[in-house]
Formats: sequence, C-alpha cells, structure tokens
Amino acid sequence: MPDLRQFKLPDVGEGLTEGEILQWLVAVGDVVVTNQPLCEVETAKAAVELPSPYAGTVVELLHEPGTTVDVGAPIITIDLGGDDAPAADDDTPAAGLIGGPAPGGRTSVLVGYGPKNTEAKRRPRHSSAAVAERATAPQVIPEADYGSGTDRPPLLATAPDATSKPVRHGGLEIGRAAEQHATDAEAASAQAVAPGRRAPRPLAKPPVRKYAKDAGVDLATVTGTGAGGVITRADVDAARGSGARTPAEVAADAGTVVRFPAAEAGTEGREQRIPIKGVRKHTAAAMVSSAFTAPHVTEFLTVDVSRMMALRTRLAARPELAGLRVSPLLFVAKALLLAAHRHPMVNSSWDDAAQEIVVKDYVNLGIAAATPRGLIVPNIKDAGRLSLAELAGALADLTATAREGKTSPTAMSGGTITITNVGVFGVDTGTPILNPGESAILAFGAIREMPWVHKGKIKVRQVTQLALSFDHRIIDGELGSRFLADIGAVLHDPGVALTL
Amino acid sequence: MTAVREMVDPVPGAGAPHLPAQPDLVQLLTPEGERVEHPDYAVDVTDDELRSLYRDLALVRRWDVEATALQRQGELGIWASLLGQEAAQIGAGRALTDQDMAFPTYREHGVAWARGVDPLHVISLFRGNDLGGWDPVATKFNLYTVVIGAQCLHATGYAMGIQRDSGTAGGDGAAIAFLGDGATSQGEVNEAMIWAATFDAPVVFFCQNNQYAISVPIERQSKVPLFRRAAGFGFPGVRVDGNDVLAVLAVTRAALARAREGSGPTFIEAFTYRMGAHTTSDDPTRYRLADELEEWKLRDPVARLKAYLSRSGKADADFFAGVEAEGDELAVRIRKGTLEMPDPAGTEMFDHVYAEQTDEIAAQRAEFLAYQEGFAS
Repeated sequence: MPDLRQFKLPDVGEGLTEGEILQWLVAVGDVVVTNQPLCEVETAKAAVELPSPYAGTVVELLHEPGTTVDVGAPIITIDLGGDDAPAADDDTPAAGLIGGPAPGGRTSVLVGYGPKNTEAKRRPRHSSAAVAERATAPQVIPEADYGSGTDRPPLLATAPDATSKPVRHGGLEIGRAAEQHATDAEAASAQAVAPGRRAPRPLAKPPVRKYAKDAGVDLATVTGTGAGGVITRADVDAARGSGARTPAEVAADAGTVVRFPAAEAGTEGREQRIPIKGVRKHTAAAMVSSAFTAPHVTEFLTVDVSRMMALRTRLAARPELAGLRVSPLLFVAKALLLAAHRHPMVNSSWDDAAQEIVVKDYVNLGIAAATPRGLIVPNIKDAGRLSLAELAGALADLTATAREGKTSPTAMSGGTITITNVGVFGVDTGTPILNPGESAILAFGAIREMPWVHKGKIKVRQVTQLALSFDHRIIDGELGSRFLADIGAVLHDPGVALTL
Repeated sequence: MTAVREMVDPVPGAGAPHLPAQPDLVQLLTPEGERVEHPDYAVDVTDDELRSLYRDLALVRRWDVEATALQRQGELGIWASLLGQEAAQIGAGRALTDQDMAFPTYREHGVAWARGVDPLHVISLFRGNDLGGWDPVATKFNLYTVVIGAQCLHATGYAMGIQRDSGTAGGDGAAIAFLGDGATSQGEVNEAMIWAATFDAPVVFFCQNNQYAISVPIERQSKVPLFRRAAGFGFPGVRVDGNDVLAVLAVTRAALARAREGSGPTFIEAFTYRMGAHTTSDDPTRYRLADELEEWKLRDPVARLKAYLSRSGKADADFFAGVEAEGDELAVRIRKGTLEMPDPAGTEMFDHVYAEQTDEIAAQRAEFLAYQEGFAS
C-alpha cells in the first residue's frame, strides 16, 4: 500500500516566490533518508540544497532541472511505504498546525494570513453607503472614542477604500491554486464595482511595474495573463508589440542620440527628446567652457611601440606586478608622467582672475572614462610619485570604481593633466578637448599591426598614434612638440626612460 | 583568581585574521587537540566535565543541523546557524553561574543550551510562533535580541541594577552581553561600554568575532584587533581562541569573577569563524572563498576536543557513539516537536504587551475575539 507524500518547494529565504531547480541529487527508485539532499535550488538569494523531509522511495521527480518552480508547488513524490509508516489518506495536518486548516477557511502558514481553501463565510460588513459617507469628509475623531467600541471610525483622515480588499501575498503561499481561485473570484467582483468608483489599480509585481514604466507602457491598457489576472513581463512585452527595446531604453544605455529610420515621411513620434541633465549637462558645460576659453592646438605622432609591447609581456610576469593588469595605458601613463617631470610647464593651469600661470609640482593624472552614466574624468592623485605597480593598481581601482558608477566628486576634481584612451574603441586618434583647468590632454589610439620601416626594411610592427591637445596660451608649439616627442620616445624605446 | 591581563599588541595589524600564529591568542587546546598551558589562564576541569563539554558541543551542533534542515523543508521561517561557534558559546555558557544573567543575540543557541533552555523554545521563535518561549527570569537567559547590539545596553543596565540592589559594588552576580564583530560598529555597543566603564558595572562583553558582519569581512570593519578597542574605553580586552572551549571557559570565568569582585567590565574577543551562512537567507559563496572555510575546518572546535579526549584516553569509542545516538534522538525530538507545534492563538498578541494587562489592551483583545467569532455563525 503506497503512502505517497509530496514535498512542496519551500520559501528558503524570507519572502521568495520561486526557485530554479538546478539539479536533482536523487533519481526515481532511490531510497532516501530524512535530511538527505534531494536537489539543488537557486533562488534570488542563494543556491541551496533541499534536504528530504521524508524517508522513503523516490516515486517521481516533478520538474526537469532548469525549471523555475513557484514556492508551494510540489517538486517530488516520495513513497513512505513500509508497514510502520503512518497510514494517512490525507496528509493535511490537523487544525491548529502549520499546513492545517485555519479560521476563515484558510491554510495555516508560517508567514502571512495563508491562502483560502474555501469560499469562506464572510463577516457582515458595514453598508457601502455608510462607508462612502465616512470616506467623503476628513474625520474629526472625538478623543473619547480612541480605542473604544467596534464602530470606531478609521484613524486615517482619508479613509481607505473599505470594499476593495488588499491583494494577499500569503507568505509561503502553500496551496497557491486555492488562493488563485480566491483571487480570481475577487478580481471578478472588483470588475463589477459601482459606477463612479475609481478603477482598481492593475495587478502587477513591482519589477514588472518598473519594467512597464521604463517601456512607456500604461498598465491599465494591459491584460494580465498571470495567476489571478496579474500582469507579467511577457504581457508588457506583448502590449508594446514586438517586445523589442524602446528607443528610450537604448538611449539610456548608450547615452547617445538615437537615430531613427528616415524611410517614412514625417517626423512625428520619431524624435526622442532627452532632458539635458546630470553627467551630460556637466560634460557639455565643461566642453563649451574649455573650447571657448583655451585656444587649443593639437599635434599628432605615430609611434612604433613593438618594444614597449615586448617589455609589457616581460614585466607582467614579474612578481611585483602579479595580479595587476599591465596594460598599454599603464605605459602611456608612465611615459606621460616622465615627460611631464621634464617639462613641468605642461602640467599647469591658467588663472585668469589672478593673471597668473599656476605650475604644479604634482601630477593628478586624469583618465577619461566612459561609464554607464556618461563621460567622467576621475584622476589619480600625485601619480608622479607612484611606482609602476602602484600606478597599475590605481588605474585598475579608478576604472572599476568608474564602471560601478561610484566615483566620488573628490576623485574627479583637482586633475592637472589627462589621458583619453580612445584606442579601446578601435579608433586611431582624435583631437581631444582639454579638461577645464588643465593645459594638456593626450589621446591614445588603437595599437595596430602595420607595415613599418624598421632597420631599413618593411616589417610588420605594432604601431599607435598619439594626439596631444594643449592650451596655446601657456604652451608654445615647441614645448608641446618636445613633450609629445618625449612621450613617443619612451613608448618607442622604454630604455629612453633612463635618460629622462 | 587570575586577573585579566590587558593584552597589548605592539605590532599594528598583527591581529589580522587568518594568520595562524597570534601571540595574543589565549589557547589551552591547540587545533590538533594538544593541551597547552597559558601563563595567565589555567583551567581546572575533571574528566567528567571534559566529556560533558564535548557532549554539549556535539548536541548543539546536531540541533543546529536539524534546524537548518527544517528551514530548508519550509518548517522554519529562517535559521541563524552557529556552526563553527559551538566552543565559544558552550565555553561562555558553562562559565556562567546561577546568579549571572545572559543577554544573547539571535545566534546564541549554545548559550541557551548551557542555560537549560529547551531547543524547541528557541525553534518556536524561528518558526514565528512566538518571540521566544522560555522564561528569561527562571533561565537567567534573556530573550533573543534581533536589533544588532541593543542587548549590550540591556546588559549594562542590568549590571548597574545588580550594583544598586546589592548596595555594594559587584554584588552577587554579573551580566554578560553577547555580541558579534559587526555589532562593534554600532553606536549602542559603544555607549554601553562607556557606561559600563564609567560605573565599573559588573558586565562582560563577550564578542564572537566570526570574521563577517553578514558579508563584510573584519578587515573592513576595524583597523585594529577588536580586543584592543577595550583599552580606549578603559577596561581590559582579551582575545581568546573561540574554537577552544577550555580557553573560552577559563577566560570567561576570570572575566566574570573580575566583574563580581567589583573590578568592572571586560571585553572578550572570541576569535572564531562562522562556518555556515549568516542565516538561511544568505549565500556565503558570493563573498568568501572556499579555501578560507577549508582552513577553518582544520580548527574545528568539536573535532579538537574529540581528538584530545580520545588521544588522552579520557573517552572511548562507546562514549562518542553514545553522544551521537543522543544527538540523533535530540534531532528526532526537535523534528517531531517542530511539526507538532500548535499554531499560536491570535489573541496571544495581546497577552505580553505589558507585564500587567491594561484596560485598553483588554478591550482590544475582546474586540478581536468578537471579530473572530463573527466568522463562526
């Protein structure tokens, strides 16, 4: 006589609604003991093993690995078998126990009110007219009425809608099917509310609400297909047609102007208007200020960096650089720091108010970073004093912090000279605009294998382009050229660094 | 009685975790199970006591395993595992006398056990049936405090009460506040220590440094070893191997004696490791490496005492088999008791708001009863 029990997916992490079965650790026919791991489940919080609540034989695995299962749904059937097993036709616990029947036709659960199993008898309510009357005017609550009697008016000045019941989220949601039945019935009755009453708020979980809002979909126009008429992510996708990303989303991600197909006539509805704010606004102001205050000159230099690349490989293997990213940018930064030390005038700023040029003895090296929020230029404080390993670490920290969007205002202020690594986007070079308050900015292009005259022969060499923009008020062509040439010399032959 | 020596670590950062050699760590039983002596802390335990300490460690661990499984089976809302911290808790719990009052966090199952609290009373809290089913006065074990660090204020206040009740400094008992490393960053904890120091309150701050404030490692919580903070408050701090039940017993006994004598508070840092998750809602693999856990497994508090007992011939295989069988019986009792735990009546929420029932709450209770009965007709 089989005594079959089903293990329902529990809420293993306070308020979860579902979990994905990663793998089964038992097979049909296996004999399992209490607390033997049955399967591994991944939830929003953790991947955990579920131990068996029963000792018996596995009869059925109800879900394939990779399936996402609602909390409360059965996942495995186990036959307790044996003569000594408690013979139970019905494994529902007795009243007063968790899982057993509770007042109001509900199932008793650990958290929340518990799902309703039956059409529970309702307690008589106040007439809706009386409720409406109460709800119309702000309430003045006589002091003597505090805490007395059952007809105490609601303490809120604007009374909540007493006939629309809040949607239950029944904790563990054991017996979800029963609850769904109840919710369906309520949803139906909610449709039939008296005229003049506010339409019920469409049912959707908060992430879906956010998703719909971002996609510009009004939930009131969407028909929910989820349990109890709840609107799902798929419903939102369906409501906006193809399910493709909206221009707004694309723009938000890329931070760029969206282009629209020009095939059809007319532009209505095909222009995206993005408010100028935040990083974009700041960047724009800085660029305008810089471009119209400091007269820019840009010079270019093409360099064979094959030796630097070879040195990079050798250095990366050294213990003091272990675990650090030895990038070409690191060498460019080092070369710039050495050259700036030799030509301090490039590391300066124009103080128009004081009619002074401020030459700085320290280098706060800015690194232009493309982040999800837009362009920012955090800087490495006193970079000239850092060893190569420290510089590598600082670069890595700066990049990681910027990517996480956690760059502090301090890290972005006080820069003295900047590098913009446009090479990472695969372009050769550009004419960078100075970071306001600075006098020089170096653009570093992509490193490519190119035909190059090397020792009198055409060879395949690794070549890059540098572009230096500088403030011509402070830096003359000669100084700018020497500075750029020194950087190029170090990158071409790192041994030159010994002479700087 | 040996006074608690103020441990001063002259080398900055020498107390960093995961370093095996720590000159300031009080240890009486090495991770290999070798009995060693310490100049300031001696422990005098009979073989019977040693075996009963082992029994406590093993049974508390078995309880913890069963409770974790019950949570994974949907029978508990949450469980805070003590795995790895058994020695710190049993050592401290067994150091307490009947006069001492303990103020736990929500993880002190080992101390609860040592105080004679029924595991099912702790379980009922994690099942959401009540807020702790034991009598804090009878057991001298306060209800679990979930607010981080708040119990340090309770313990300090209680200790000041002991002082005032007895009329002399010290008096009959001492209070002990349990806290974790994360709690040391809380304002309440620091306030409690300032008050305790100012009044020489008979209180012991027993901090289990399990290396993580949920996911934040101790390196990011404190620039100095925690026990050295005590010097700033003006009382001694000592770091003890929290996985060594004998050392914890000795250090806690000394600190409690010091408190009872009227010499004021002590801060104990029990250096240990939370081998499991913060709670069943947490996934430690997201923030720590497996090799760290493997390293701490070599310092397992239960295995260490077992090694000592069997190597020294103080316990044989029959003893260990007996404890294991007892553990299985305990697990069955816990499982059965949990599944059969009656759902609390809704009216219970009115019963413990105040020590004495007020008219207002009695009226609310009656109103609630009438509401429930509205379903019956």
